[in-house]
Amino acid sequence: MSIAEAISSGDASLLPSRRDEDWRWTDLRGLIRQMPAASPEGRAWAWDSPLSGQVDVEVGVVNGRGSTDLEVAAGEEKFVAWRFLSTAEAGAHNAELWVTVGEGGKLTLVESYEGVSGGYLANTMVNIRLAKGAKVERIVFAADHADGVSVVDAKVELAADAAYSQTVLTHGARRQRIETRVAHPGAHAQLRLDGAYLLEGQHNADLTTVVEHQGVDGTTSQLTKGVVRDQSRGVFQGRIVVAEGADRTDARMGHHALILSDKAEIDAKPELLIFADDVQCAHGNTIGALDEDALFYAEQRGMPEDLARALLTAAFVGEVIERIEHDAVREVAQAWAAQRLEV
Amino acid sequence: MLSISNLRAEVDGNEILKGLSLDVPAGEVHAIMGPNGAGKSTLSYVLTGRDGYDVTGGTATLNGEDLLSLDPAERAAKGMFLSFQYPLEIPGVPALTFIRTAMNAQRKARGEPEISAPEFLKLAKATAASLKIEFDMLKRALNVGFSGGEKKRMEIFQMAMLSSRFLILDETDSGLDIDALKIVSDGVNAMRAPDRAMLVITHYQRLLDYIKPDRVHVLAAGRIVASGGPELALELEREGYDKYARAA
Repeated sequence: MSIAEAISSGDASLLPSRRDEDWRWTDLRGLIRQMPAASPEGRAWAWDSPLSGQVDVEVGVVNGRGSTDLEVAAGEEKFVAWRFLSTAEAGAHNAELWVTVGEGGKLTLVESYEGVSGGYLANTMVNIRLAKGAKVERIVFAADHADGVSVVDAKVELAADAAYSQTVLTHGARRQRIETRVAHPGAHAQLRLDGAYLLEGQHNADLTTVVEHQGVDGTTSQLTKGVVRDQSRGVFQGRIVVAEGADRTDARMGHHALILSDKAEIDAKPELLIFADDVQCAHGNTIGALDEDALFYAEQRGMPEDLARALLTAAFVGEVIERIEHDAVREVAQAWAAQRLEV
Repeated sequence: MLSISNLRAEVDGNEILKGLSLDVPAGEVHAIMGPNGAGKSTLSYVLTGRDGYDVTGGTATLNGEDLLSLDPAERAAKGMFLSFQYPLEIPGVPALTFIRTAMNAQRKARGEPEISAPEFLKLAKATAASLKIEFDMLKRALNVGFSGGEKKRMEIFQMAMLSSRFLILDETDSGLDIDALKIVSDGVNAMRAPDRAMLVITHYQRLLDYIKPDRVHVLAAGRIVASGGPELALELEREGYDKYARAA
């Protein structure tokens, strides 16, 4: 049962459905009765991204075709933009990306998923391997089309002393799932795993993460925030597993969401599975409206209600964006959030 | 300046203010003292328009203009400022951003142009220095991780930056040590002006040693039950609120 197989064989019955526990809130089988035809070769893109000209390397994958290997040699440092486009004539397509970062290497990877017109089913598999002491910051901008269906599934493997940071920013799609699975087999690995979903209309977004601590002294810091309006729907599934022997693991997971309309929905499932003794683990999950006390405080200082709400909502999401380490990318993320929230 | 007549208000259907009348002329500082539960904080919220505080009778005007029909932001633009007993923490918004947003919203409501960035920074630096606030603190999220004293100082900072005309200080002395109390009081006293007035709400007389009131009122069971000069505060400190609580 995999999306890749469903796309390559054209058999919709292979898509995950609500009967699969991990997909029960993002049912693709129920949504896609008949597989779209395989995507034809797309035209090359002709527009700049906000980071064009600033990155060392900009590569594109159009309708599943294009460059799919990225290697950062030991001790090397790279700033890369990887753009995945689904163009007007797109149907269903797979792509698989392989990223390796050598010992002590450093990579800032910005992936953007750009849907030019709706009706596509895009599946992207990302494999990221960090050697000892390597450092990666991955930022995903999911700019899918409102009628697009997109799945991005990343597998990340951290060697000892590696550090991996990730921020997923999305405004959703018809259905969209961005999944990240991280294994900490090495000792002393550090992980930051963040996300923000700002949804409106009938958009859906599903941020799913699975973290497995297998080595000692690993850390995970996870913060996901969501804002849903209209009839949109956000899904957060976060699982942290601390295997036997992964002593002195420090793992913290937070998911906080604002529901700004009666018809919007959030489904959240935070899970901590701990099989080691000497660990520190915590999770917090809150879903609600804006704090009325803070709202009155801002209004009392002179902000009309709409402005006070916009400011507090932007601040709520800002906590995630401020954790982006790369300055230029953080600025693009701030502009993205400001545009979505109309601040 | 502020004129309140026979004001009645309820919270969750319980009447808290029961016909309160009070006049605070421009240029004066009035203190409101009273036992816990007398309605002191309710009065501050009713005057600033908080949701859930329902006015059931009476009037409140600022310079002859009705306040009670305005929303909280409109009242702020007219000059009402409430220094909160428990200032809110605003994660993710630097203090300077918060105050500049508030200031420009007030200016817009009054038909004035926005303050320029250099002008704002100059004003913020001078005001922070006068209140012994480290400028770097203003770049941090407003009140997040601040001590009780720092939060109160930030209230006075905002009050001075916004240069509001009518100031309500709700239990400003709570949580302050003597040094912080002195800094806060100096900041408040520096704002005394012929065209500005203040209402200082306090449970204890201590604050009034530093912010000297022109008039003192006793609020008990939702009404002003006694008014006098500064000596009334000293009498309350000596004898307590018992006789007024009984009278009410």
